Amino acid sequence: MKIVVLVKQVPDSGAERSLRADDNTVDRATANNVINEMDEYAIEEALRLKEAHGGEVVILTMGPDKATDSIRKALSMGPDAAVHVVDDALHGSCAIATSKVLAAALAQQNADLIIAGAESTDGRVQVLPHMLAERLGIAALTGARKLTVDGSTLTVERQTDEGYEVVTASTPAVVSVWDTINDPRYPSFKGIMAAKKKPVQTLSLADLGVAASEVGLDGATSAVLEHGKRPPRTGGNTVEDSGDGGVKLVEFLATEKFV
Amino acid sequence: MQLNDEYQALREAVREFAVESVAPVIGDFYERHAFPYDLIRQMGKMGLFGLPFPTEFDGEGGDYFALCLALEELARVDSSVAITLEAAVSLGAMPIHRFGTEEQKERWLPALCKGEKLAAFGLTEPGFGSDAGGTATRAVLDGDQWVINGSKAFITNSGTDITCLVTVTAVTGTNPDGSKELSTIIVPSGTPGFTVLPGYSKVGWCASDTHELAFDDVRVPVGNLLGERGRGFAQFLRILDEGRIAIAALSVGLAQGCVDESIRYARERRAFGRSIGDFQAIQFKISEMEARAHVARLAYYDAAEKMLAGRPFKKEAAIAKLTASNAAMDNARDATQIHGGYGFMNEFPVGRFYRDAKILEIGEGTSEIQKLVIARELDL
Repeated sequence: MKIVVLVKQVPDSGAERSLRADDNTVDRATANNVINEMDEYAIEEALRLKEAHGGEVVILTMGPDKATDSIRKALSMGPDAAVHVVDDALHGSCAIATSKVLAAALAQQNADLIIAGAESTDGRVQVLPHMLAERLGIAALTGARKLTVDGSTLTVERQTDEGYEVVTASTPAVVSVWDTINDPRYPSFKGIMAAKKKPVQTLSLADLGVAASEVGLDGATSAVLEHGKRPPRTGGNTVEDSGDGGVKLVEFLATEKFV
Repeated sequence: MQLNDEYQALREAVREFAVESVAPVIGDFYERHAFPYDLIRQMGKMGLFGLPFPTEFDGEGGDYFALCLALEELARVDSSVAITLEAAVSLGAMPIHRFGTEEQKERWLPALCKGEKLAAFGLTEPGFGSDAGGTATRAVLDGDQWVINGSKAFITNSGTDITCLVTVTAVTGTNPDGSKELSTIIVPSGTPGFTVLPGYSKVGWCASDTHELAFDDVRVPVGNLLGERGRGFAQFLRILDEGRIAIAALSVGLAQGCVDESIRYARERRAFGRSIGDFQAIQFKISEMEARAHVARLAYYDAAEKMLAGRPFKKEAAIAKLTASNAAMDNARDATQIHGGYGFMNEFPVGRFYRDAKILEIGEGTSEIQKLVIARELDL
């Protein structure tokens, strides 16, 4: 089984993040860039499937030059190879354009299974797996908390607000996973040393047959027009209990749709 | 000093493990004096127990410096898991790797490298520590078996569910000059007559495993001799010289952990209308702590570099151990002071650091022994 795992480099969500003043895109230059956390679960799931069924795990990343650090780190967990789509024209690409580029790269891979994190901690739109499945004409099994493979049949427990749904499909397919699906491994020293020697194929837009005009800020279907700092936290509401405190609390929770 | 990419990546991986997996749970194990088997299993999966060993025995093909980096990052968060790793690798598995026969290595090293099993090193006895000539445990050859009698004290990793052996130093005869002939013998766990006494109640390192061991007519095959007969003294001196660098790394980790916690606390804690980190009294303390950790780190880097280059490193290892254990003790005292009353609470990491620091001036050669070693190296 050949599995491609989508890995995105994102600014560390545990630190202060910002948008650039000039074009309102994510500031990746000053940030501490890391592997999108959910993608580590995708890598782990792929490695477990490989250990159980054999095959090959390939990392696919679209990102600037410095995304190489995250690719090496991903490889140190155990995947066999990586594909890095890097092109200056990609800067500022929207989700739709990104899916076009990744779909073109995936078309070259002939993967049986494509695994992605359910969302990235910077964009958080959760749409890429669906878009890729649509472009590739294959099934999308998203938001998985469990994935089993039996021959060419994939079965997924799909996490919902109420519980979970059991969904099946045949390979090839796209599966996106939540962080409930496994515990990602830490890279071993052996893995770190081996990662240095693993092949990383670099592809440009021209290699993928995608025009520069279709991607980047100019090709984006949505744009951030302006941004500002989050307003400082305000004092909040204080409920005085004069016998009706409980009711007021429930009313507040109801307006916030917690109950 | 710039670490290469692989060392840096290892350091980051261990740091992530320590912060995400060790920090949230270790306080509970510490309180209960319980051994954190699951953390040890995870460390095994990361290959930490095989770091300095060759891949042919399921090691990681790294080196002793890689082990030191891992120890530093672990001890920055917790010393119990760090000392478990240190003792398992540099005291447990290393003698087998360095002095064992091919057969002994093949039998024991793979499980030790993977952290599935732990080996212990039995040198110290109830009646002697620094004065190794005081060894009272005896091993007598009876046909094709060694018969061992005696006891060992403060032996790390000797009583866990996954302990598979202890290597014991014992008197096996008398040298021509009248001194004791010392040899090292492998005693597998479960050998009749080999008793692991209940764990000690320790001041620190509470989530690590330490026992007194009793040997009462313990019989093991003659082939369990580790290395040459009569070379026991030279063997453990080599092991201890290396071990000092590892303990220095662990001490630097604790010293740095004290800095980390103090910076965090100094930013949060407010007094007299401002963060206590705004006061020079606190800033200067933290500056000194950082300086101590930094200097001690350079000292162990230097000792490790000399050792790996095959150059003499005895003096440098002693300097590193002396400097780093001093730094750990001083930083633990200062960090606790910065934390005020909270520093005296076990639930704060610095409470653990304070309790874990003192042993660093004692274990694997006391500070006094380090000074003796340095003085001898200076031909005094």
